[in-house]
Amino acid sequence: MPPVIEVRNLHKRYDDKVAVDDVSLTVQEGEIFGILGPNGAGKTTTVECIEGLRTPDRGEITVLGLDPRRDRAEMTRRLGVQLQAGQLPDRLQVAEALELYSSFYPRPADWRALMNGLGLADKAKTGYGKLSGGQKQRLSIALALVGNPRVAILDELTTGLDPQARRDTWDLIEGVRSRGVTIVLVTHFMEEAERLCDRLALIDAGRVVAVDTPAGLTERARIEQRIQFRPSRPMDDRLLASLPDVSSVTRRGELVFVKGNDNALNAVTALLARNQIVAERLRVEQTSLEDAFVELTGKRLDTVSDPN
Amino acid sequence: MQVSAMNAAASPVAATRGSATWRLVTIESKLCLRDKVAPIWGVGCPLIVLIILGSLPVLRKPLEAAGGLTIFDMYVPVLIIFNLAILAMTALPATLAGYRENGVLRRMQATPVGPARLLTAQLVANLAIALVAMILFLAVAGLGFGVALPRHLIGFAVAWLLAAAALLAIGLLITALVPGRSSASAIGTVLFFPMMFFAGLWVPIAQMPPVLQTISHYTPLGAGMQAFQDAYLGHFPSALPLVILAAYAAGCAVIAVHWFRWE
Repeated sequence: MPPVIEVRNLHKRYDDKVAVDDVSLTVQEGEIFGILGPNGAGKTTTVECIEGLRTPDRGEITVLGLDPRRDRAEMTRRLGVQLQAGQLPDRLQVAEALELYSSFYPRPADWRALMNGLGLADKAKTGYGKLSGGQKQRLSIALALVGNPRVAILDELTTGLDPQARRDTWDLIEGVRSRGVTIVLVTHFMEEAERLCDRLALIDAGRVVAVDTPAGLTERARIEQRIQFRPSRPMDDRLLASLPDVSSVTRRGELVFVKGNDNALNAVTALLARNQIVAERLRVEQTSLEDAFVELTGKRLDTVSDPN
Repeated sequence: MQVSAMNAAASPVAATRGSATWRLVTIESKLCLRDKVAPIWGVGCPLIVLIILGSLPVLRKPLEAAGGLTIFDMYVPVLIIFNLAILAMTALPATLAGYRENGVLRRMQATPVGPARLLTAQLVANLAIALVAMILFLAVAGLGFGVALPRHLIGFAVAWLLAAAALLAIGLLITALVPGRSSASAIGTVLFFPMMFFAGLWVPIAQMPPVLQTISHYTPLGAGMQAFQDAYLGHFPSALPLVILAAYAAGCAVIAVHWFRWE
């Protein structure tokens, strides 16, 4: 089956700043594909080129076999988008916006059902300018889906939503995917990427660092395990440090902190068992996607400032 | 019968496309009316001025310099131009520049309909409101104060359409050149007062010194007034004001299209 979206060697610069250096990725039919990276990594520019809103300086893009610039009329009928900064006139009411946008597409979805499904029914007569941030966000999701698209690109899906609304939106997106819609999700929320995405592209400084499943990325990062416990009786730290899987041992008060590779926990528990020591208050820190991100890019997601 | 059969036979795609454009025009008209500029400044304000001036007997004496029309007669087209100028030069640019600033045009770019049709819908909406206002002003002046309709109705219609085209083109030019909504409003308002002066809002053109009269004839609103006056006096407007209006319309439209940015 041909890929739904194919991007090859995309390059885009704004004046003197390279926004996207070299991005290639392939999105398959029916998957939720995540694009993850810090602010300013080139995520939004990449999807704006895919949406046909920007012209790449170099590289090739096809969406459902169409060229986003040349075949824009045909492509926009099948592609739903949620823009990070896409807005509506302040005095346009929620129901009016949905009805209007549904009239743009040849086979639209039922806009009333979308409005109800996104919890906007009681705001039907409220102007866009009077909506809260979360309500605006939900309306923009509804507008991305109102054309019954085969592919939806959602930029910062749940930014500005409270935790409950975020979980509701995830359920909605999973429902949309189960109807066969391919979804591209731009995000910097690890939890969202881990929960929703089948595959993820990690983008940093305009380049793809890795493309894999969330579990594959975590594995790939090969991060040290961190183990902490209180030994039930005094013990010599050198015993622990001599284990080949352990890289460091430190003490803070009565707690012992051990770092090592992914076999370290087995080695430590076996050693303790041989010496009849019980590991009290045992805690093992799991490698998260967030750790994987830091490991693979050398940056933290939340500390990278926005250049704009 | 025939009409309903034809409607039923229309292809669904054509029907959707038609309804998208129609919906856009309807929605944009509603938005224009919800915004305060068009209804209050564009329609309400000149209508009140019309009623006040109509109630002053001193303005109802025929003037020789104006071919026997009274000053009040001449204020009816001035206020029609007032309405066109507010809608085209302040309401339209403020709305469109606001749409660009807030990403409304950009969002439309990601739909099959595109931002050009939204812009067209704004133009049509403002033109429709102006048309209703023009008919309303003529009706109030005629029924309330006995002002006769322009004697050359076709000439009047041509003059109104050309004046509307020139002013909407100026409005688009303002939209193309300003960065945002607030500067669009500011420039529209700053241009409005001198241009309305040359249309004879404060001093009728016929009573201006000759130099100012000449300048007035070459401004868009002054040329519009010339054309209206011809139509009121019973002949088709002379070529010069019509050519001036058409030149403003074409010239401003070309520059506006060249400089226009969707985002």
